[in-house]
Amino acid sequence: MVRKEMIAMLLAGGEGKRLGVLTKDLAKPAVYFGGKYRIIDFTLSNCVHSGIDTVGVLTQYQPLELNRYLGIGTPWGLDRRDGGMTILPPYMQKEGGVWYKGTANAIYQNISYIERYDPEYVLVISGDHIYKMDYDLMLQHHKKTGADLTIAGFEVEWKDASRFGLMHVDDDMMITGFEEKPKIPTSNLASMGVYIFNWKALKKYLIADEANAGSSNDFGKDLIPAMMNDGLKLCCYTFEGYWRDVGTIDSLWEGNMDLLEEKPSLDLNDPKWRIYSVNPNQPAQFIGQQAKVTSSLVSEGCFIEGEVHRSVLFYGVEIGEGSVVHEAVIMPRVKIGKNVKIYRAIIGDGAVIEDNAVIGAPDSTEIMVIPVGEHVFAQDQLMGVE
Amino acid sequence: MNNNKILGVVNLIHETDELDKLTQGRCTATVPFGSRYRLIDFTLSNMVNSGIHEVGVFAHKKYRSLMDHIGSGKSWDLQHRQSGLFVLPPITDDVQELSRGDLFHFYQNRDFFLRSKPEYVLIARSHMVCNIDYRKVLQYHLEQNADITVVCHQSSEPVLGKARKVRMNDDGRIVEIQDSYGRMISEYSNMEMYLMKKELLMDLVETSLAKGQDHLVRHAIFSKLDGLKVYGYVHNGFLAVVNTINSYYGNSMKLLQPEVWRTLFREPGPIYTKVKDGPPARYSNDAIVERSIIANGCVIEGEVRNSILFRGVHVHKGAVVEDSVIMQNGVILPKSVVKCAIFDKDVVIEENQQIKGVSSGPYLAGKRKVI
Repeated sequence: MVRKEMIAMLLAGGEGKRLGVLTKDLAKPAVYFGGKYRIIDFTLSNCVHSGIDTVGVLTQYQPLELNRYLGIGTPWGLDRRDGGMTILPPYMQKEGGVWYKGTANAIYQNISYIERYDPEYVLVISGDHIYKMDYDLMLQHHKKTGADLTIAGFEVEWKDASRFGLMHVDDDMMITGFEEKPKIPTSNLASMGVYIFNWKALKKYLIADEANAGSSNDFGKDLIPAMMNDGLKLCCYTFEGYWRDVGTIDSLWEGNMDLLEEKPSLDLNDPKWRIYSVNPNQPAQFIGQQAKVTSSLVSEGCFIEGEVHRSVLFYGVEIGEGSVVHEAVIMPRVKIGKNVKIYRAIIGDGAVIEDNAVIGAPDSTEIMVIPVGEHVFAQDQLMGVE
Repeated sequence: MNNNKILGVVNLIHETDELDKLTQGRCTATVPFGSRYRLIDFTLSNMVNSGIHEVGVFAHKKYRSLMDHIGSGKSWDLQHRQSGLFVLPPITDDVQELSRGDLFHFYQNRDFFLRSKPEYVLIARSHMVCNIDYRKVLQYHLEQNADITVVCHQSSEPVLGKARKVRMNDDGRIVEIQDSYGRMISEYSNMEMYLMKKELLMDLVETSLAKGQDHLVRHAIFSKLDGLKVYGYVHNGFLAVVNTINSYYGNSMKLLQPEVWRTLFREPGPIYTKVKDGPPARYSNDAIVERSIIANGCVIEGEVRNSILFRGVHVHKGAVVEDSVIMQNGVILPKSVVKCAIFDKDVVIEENQQIKGVSSGPYLAGKRKVI
């Protein structure tokens, strides 16, 4: 086997409980985002553009749809002879099989996979975030500082800081402490959940962590604090650019709305950093005679006869005459009839909205969610309460 | 099921080409059409959707773009171990042989036919854009006990583009095929799709060449209508014959009819093409788009009406595009007006320009032109 300098381990087992009905039959990384993508497309594309050609994808909850989607990694150029993408579900071993108990345990159970490539460094990422990042720049930084572990950090707004795992750093960007979602934050440098470990050190700590019966086998709670206590060199790499966790209904909706800005901070049109995804094979979109489409993203296979404003339409969506869709995220293959009104909503894929139905309200503070495949009739009158 | 019984042949030898600048650097088969496709996508997809797993593409001239587009055939699921896609460029000793007819080129590549397993062969061209299930053609072929089945299209309206007319008797047997686009009055046009036993094709190839004749239709079929049982299968879907500029433009405009859009690309089977990974189309707050087909990767800040935009076209603020076809990565800068035009790939229209053609003679701009 060809030796790899760095391989990636992508944690894609997230249940995405906070996405409610959208993740009922779907792992969180497989949730749709941005008109044609799924969340995991961003991290996979980042890997490929950063020159990483070996990616282990760790799956656990609702893997069926995700596995089908990932296939052998062809859409991302990860169907390679040496390396490429490997899906790593929990498996039966001699001593019996276990679920991945925590993030660190998931990597622990796949030590033999990593060892096949004999890497110097291991990149640990999760398939839950939307961002474009060159991991190679982070690796160069990691080598330059000579750290044992480099954690990517992102400066968040102080008012949001308490939602994140926060890092304290000294003047040299060495990490001096951690706070997990504190009530009163004393730092606004959030961990992005992007780690580069020296493999030798990581392996040692994975084995030690596994032997510790009291551990919850989590990177943030157990393994990284243990490394810090032992005086290993932990360094922060500050990332500048767009980064967003889309783990809640509100943040998923907001993340999609971010793309509609005049000059969006996340540029999907950059030919040098294309976000790859599985091609749905649909004809180009048809905009009808009476249609009005403004400040929106519309994908292939859509057939629009109504009015669309500040919305993100995935592929194969149909919108009938007289219908109005404002500030909504419409997932693939949703059929919207005539004279329908949809405001501030997320419509799950394959849903059917019959003529004259009303979903959400223009000034609602709550984002209305229609579950995957739901059939909505006019008399349902959904006004922002589930 | 008739799966795996038919060998597909995409015949690009001497394909009619009056597409002017659109075929300056490419063959007819790779002319972009329908906002994100190339003409050959329809032929290949129809074959694949009909259970044809082995396809030979007889390349002829200017096939660089063809090789680039079809690659290993993966986009059409034609990349597998047992069969798949074969691109067969001309095997010629000297340049003059290049101008010989399709039968000569079939003969030169006869190994392709002899090695393949299917019993039947279906020969099709790239400029007949339609969505058709060839399994039904084979079924008809077997029912009629035909030697050769020719797929025809019925229409009382004049056909855009150049197509041979055919005449059939009441039993559906073809009694006359028009040569070189004459003045025959008939509702039936020949879609240049021929189904026959591979054995018969090989026989026609050898006997015709022995007589110094090397054109499939004119020599091998046309002259044998008395001896062979040649039947016409009538295809009832949409047909676009795309081999002249006027037919390219007229047929593109026909795609703007919702029922054509709904059927041509999807029924009975989906049309596949090479994947480009563009983001969804972006509409600004000032965008006005009516009755148009827009591909992914487009950015629309101006006005677009009755037009077809290929992938990555950018219509700037204040620019107007009407009744036009703008191919990949075209850029229309602010305050320019484009009407009745066909732009090949990468055309840039500077600010404040007026580009106007008429529907009977659209303005045609070649690849990478800057106006």
